[in-house]
Amino acid sequence: MTKRSEQPVLAIRNLTVDFEIASGTVSAVKGIDIHVNAGETVAIVGESGSGKSQTMMAAMGLLASNGRASGEVVYEDRNILGLPVSKLNAVRGRKITMIFQEPMTSLDPLYTIGRQLAEPLVVHGGLSWKAARAKALELLKLVNIPEPERKIKSYPYEMSGGQRQRVMIAMALANDPDVLIADEPTTALDVTTQAQILDLLADLQKRLGMSVIFITHDLGIVRRIADRVYVMKTGEVVESGETAEIFTRPAHPYTKMLLDAEPAGHKLPVPDSAPVLLEAQKMRVEFSFEAGFLAPGHILRAVDDISFSLRKGQTLGVVGESGSGKSTLGRAVLNLLPAQGRVVFKGQQISGLDRASMRPLRKNMQLIFQDPFGSLSPRMTVGQIISEGLLVHEPALTARDRDARACQALEEVSLDPAMRNRYPHEFSGGQRQRIAIARTMVLKPELVVLDEPTSALDRTIQKQVVELLRDLQEAHGLTYLFISHDLAVVRAIADTVMVMQRGKVVEAGTVDAIFEAPKSDYTRELIGAALLTQRQVTEPA
Amino acid sequence: MHRYVLGRLLGAIPTLFLIVTISFFLIRIAPGGPFDLERPLEAKVMENLNKIYHLNEPLWNQYLLYLKSVARLDFGPSFYFRDFTINELFAQSLPISIQLGLSALCLALVVGGTMGVFAALRQNRPADYSVMAAATLGVTVPNFVVAPILTLILGVWLGWLPVGGWNGGAFVNVILPVVTLALPQVAVVARLTRGSMIEAMRSNHVRTARAYGLTGFMVIVVHALRGAILPVVSYLGPAAAALLTGSVVIETIFGIPGIGRYFVQGALNRDYTLVMGTVVVVACFVILFNLVVDLLYALLDPRVRYD
Repeated sequence: MTKRSEQPVLAIRNLTVDFEIASGTVSAVKGIDIHVNAGETVAIVGESGSGKSQTMMAAMGLLASNGRASGEVVYEDRNILGLPVSKLNAVRGRKITMIFQEPMTSLDPLYTIGRQLAEPLVVHGGLSWKAARAKALELLKLVNIPEPERKIKSYPYEMSGGQRQRVMIAMALANDPDVLIADEPTTALDVTTQAQILDLLADLQKRLGMSVIFITHDLGIVRRIADRVYVMKTGEVVESGETAEIFTRPAHPYTKMLLDAEPAGHKLPVPDSAPVLLEAQKMRVEFSFEAGFLAPGHILRAVDDISFSLRKGQTLGVVGESGSGKSTLGRAVLNLLPAQGRVVFKGQQISGLDRASMRPLRKNMQLIFQDPFGSLSPRMTVGQIISEGLLVHEPALTARDRDARACQALEEVSLDPAMRNRYPHEFSGGQRQRIAIARTMVLKPELVVLDEPTSALDRTIQKQVVELLRDLQEAHGLTYLFISHDLAVVRAIADTVMVMQRGKVVEAGTVDAIFEAPKSDYTRELIGAALLTQRQVTEPA
Repeated sequence: MHRYVLGRLLGAIPTLFLIVTISFFLIRIAPGGPFDLERPLEAKVMENLNKIYHLNEPLWNQYLLYLKSVARLDFGPSFYFRDFTINELFAQSLPISIQLGLSALCLALVVGGTMGVFAALRQNRPADYSVMAAATLGVTVPNFVVAPILTLILGVWLGWLPVGGWNGGAFVNVILPVVTLALPQVAVVARLTRGSMIEAMRSNHVRTARAYGLTGFMVIVVHALRGAILPVVSYLGPAAAALLTGSVVIETIFGIPGIGRYFVQGALNRDYTLVMGTVVVVACFVILFNLVVDLLYALLDPRVRYD
């Protein structure tokens, strides 16, 4: 947060955005007013589909070809909305720049970083390619890319997501812009990387004094970086004001709901007398890579010597960044990939069993995936998807019985059983995840491995899904292995937590011990980066 | 890179060996021989001829003899054009076919590529529809129909272009055969380019290029087209093969002394060495072209670079 003047640099007035689709016109943005003053950071908050990204796409002239925008986008006393591309290009990429949500695909895979950084400098700054390249190197240093002399010659595929986002930021700063629009720039990144990128942005803003428009659905970020906030819902700004004001005295019910959306509450502990359901000893999973053209063959130890035991009704939260081996562990426990070590489920050793002998056990051990869009077959009705498992595990059931069980399962996840004849594409992300949960629950399993079940969902939906999972656990005495990078969710659902880094357990303990008194630096870093601050924020100051 | 190219070239040897073997025995299965005329030759003459060309020896022996001479790049004497060796025939005709094929390929790339980009930038508008309709026409109308029509209009009625002959590769003589040969390829390249260009224009990195106010040329050519051209490059291998074999019809219609006609004449006359020679030469070109395509692909896309 920096000092600011009251003169708007960029003002959006009465902006509407409509999309022509086959079934008619969809209005994504319905006449909104947003402005940003010099040196100010403004956040636009809302859930997916609220029109926050399309607002900025319209302002930048980047709408899809079926999109129409009207209203005014005033920059330097001139309406830039609807300008011909040649005139618009004098502003965009030069005075107003943008970074995007998808760091993995926003850079051209076919050109070096240096070349891509140089392009806007050559086009807008009138620099020669050589001078532009020298400036590009400076920019890479500015955004703290390690070994800039080497990285300037790399291609995007040779860099991590965080580094690519740094390159995008460097590109955005190239021509000394007045306004930087950041569209969910950290959503696709790990929590620790996210924290670094946010720090970098805040630091650069302080040094360079531009205005920032930050689009996000994450209130933790908003509270940390924004001076003012606009809350958007279904194409309208429902509330706006100073950040502190919004967080302490939200006026609109939707804002209150967003603020209250962090998964809250705690799981009740399980008595020590509960029987041990699952025991894993010295789990180890290795992937070997054949020698390629360049790389010599090597072995990656994705899971390295991990042991744990789970009592009936307990939830073990496994947290860590991407690549820490947490998903691999989940799969290895279910005997879905070859692993060394011993897994005992209900007193029976299951490690080393072949597929056929695993099949009768599978009913009791189920898996729920992260991606609610990819994990449901688009060619089956919801009823078929849910009852499919019964065909294998309870072949004696009649079609009528299966249907009844499917209805029951849908009711359990608070979906209308009448929906069972529809197809997955007719449902929202949250509803699909409920369907995936119903598909699991219909088999009445004892152990469920949940692999990032809430990561693809909006915060408010996340909260509902977490509550649903807790209720189901209580009702059926389920045992969960809950894999997530989201510490807020884990805090709300787990009894014990295991922190993983590079295949090893860094720290393990009860939820309270991990969150209140973390021992290892890595855990502290994760907790710090996760911006777990909303609990205090929502209480009136 | 040299190692990669060398490896690929060495890898082509077994492929060629298989092609030579299979086609050697296939043509021998076909009934009749090179000296079976309508009025049979005298038995004594026949015997002598067979002896000279080793046709009286066991098939295996003939096969080994042929392998030996091919390994020395000697395709043997022609049975039909009796004053020439196959090497002599090819020395005259191959450059003509190569010129014809390459010109058609370049024309197809330039015209087809331009049409594809043009259509993609005007997606679902009249210009797009007309380009794609023309492309469909280009694929469906066979070149033995296109050739006579073009000849009739431009050659006979208007008298602008000669109706046939090669004339040492003079420009006016080349136009009609090249255009006719290229038309179907123009259509395919246009369709391929349009499809991948539409996808490229919607990709995130092209959005970035637009957001950074880069010039139209940079957005369309530098960022969108380079990625979009990759499927077209992959298609060049099969396209080269199609142009070489497609030239059989074109060369016959326009009376061009390329290697295409040897396909037909060789096969009809059971001129074993001629057929074999044509097969080997065409196979070599297809293999070579696929290598060029892979190198070109690596040049365009750093993610698949070999080293």
